[in-house]
Amino acid sequence: MDYKTVYTICPFCGSACGVLLEVMDGRIEGVLPCKTNPVSRGNMCIKGWSADEFIYSPERLNRPLLKKNGQLEEVEWGEAIEFVASRLKAIKTAHGADSIGALSSAKCTTEENYLFQKFMRTVIGTNNIDHCARL
Amino acid sequence: MARVVVDRLREIIRESLQEGKAAGVVAMKLLEGHPRPHLFTKADLKDVDALVVDETRYPLAAVLLKIRRKYPEARLGIVARGCDERAVIELVRNEQLDKELVVVYGVTCDKELAAYCKCPQPFPENPIVGDKAAPVSAREDLERIEGLGAEERLAFWMGQFGKCIKCYGCRNICPLCFCTSCTLDEEELTQTGTMPPETPIFHLVRALHMAERCIDCGLCEEACPSHIPLRTFYKKMRSIMETHFNFSPGMTKEGKGPFQYLGDGTFGTGEAG
Repeated sequence: MDYKTVYTICPFCGSACGVLLEVMDGRIEGVLPCKTNPVSRGNMCIKGWSADEFIYSPERLNRPLLKKNGQLEEVEWGEAIEFVASRLKAIKTAHGADSIGALSSAKCTTEENYLFQKFMRTVIGTNNIDHCARL
Repeated sequence: MARVVVDRLREIIRESLQEGKAAGVVAMKLLEGHPRPHLFTKADLKDVDALVVDETRYPLAAVLLKIRRKYPEARLGIVARGCDERAVIELVRNEQLDKELVVVYGVTCDKELAAYCKCPQPFPENPIVGDKAAPVSAREDLERIEGLGAEERLAFWMGQFGKCIKCYGCRNICPLCFCTSCTLDEEELTQTGTMPPETPIFHLVRALHMAERCIDCGLCEEACPSHIPLRTFYKKMRSIMETHFNFSPGMTKEGKGPFQYLGDGTFGTGEAG
């Protein structure tokens, strides 16, 4: 029997509300607003209140899928990355870097988001990069 | 709460866990500078050193209920302020908690917190530590609104409800919102991609649900990002309950709540005075 809370930041937008994830026997069972967080002071929006729901969602992708003959199929990471890389390269060569855009996710870490914009600007060569936290 | 008093409380909790009086105790723990709800158990008695009682309030009774639902046989303790105890009383009355399986370790609130919360009863029935502060009357807000004419009053409340951003934090933080399913989460009733219930439907429906349950802890109002005076609104429900049913959630210790009687079908037919 174990119940504790883990203090973190809501993954949804740039407001960075303080949240307490309720963890029971190693599984996240809910969210409470952190009342001592100086930014949010115990308030959250509906996204924050539901911030735990995506974690165990059966709809969540946990391995790469590639569409083959109109059907999504599970593939190895190597095959998925190779496919994406070759298509991006082909589109860039044919239509230019600014024909490509990317949307990053607030559910990734700050470091992942930094890497993604770096990839878009330096490898692809475009400023067409945005993020759901900037809505 | 004074250090020596908290030390005494920690000692009592540690002893209780050691002697098996409770399999776990729900209380506040100070970690990384943020007090938060926590379940203290015999497995880590050193942990009890971090148990705190300060001005930060969370719905500890709701945490207790969450653990109880997973461990229905365990005897669980709760370090309860006046409001937490009132929540436990209502959860027992509504058959969500088994009285025999809950151990209340009562703590008092100091007069500063009682004044901040405008608390009608800033202490549990039998506190094990702390001195009782005087109850604070907070009827002025309700009286001021009731003093307005009907049209002004409607305009006031519609203006307040119009501020709602539909976070449903009031429902989520409430220790008495114990239903395991809710209209707002039912896919058949509130479909994904459609708008939530219109203002003021949600607020009025919730107020009705709260009529027999609201223990006037004020956590909903604290959680509201739009500063809607929810507590004043629910105070009105409480006063109706008190006037017509002589029932005050959390304060009336024994017996059933008004909604728990099926009645004989004659109520409200105009027969009685």
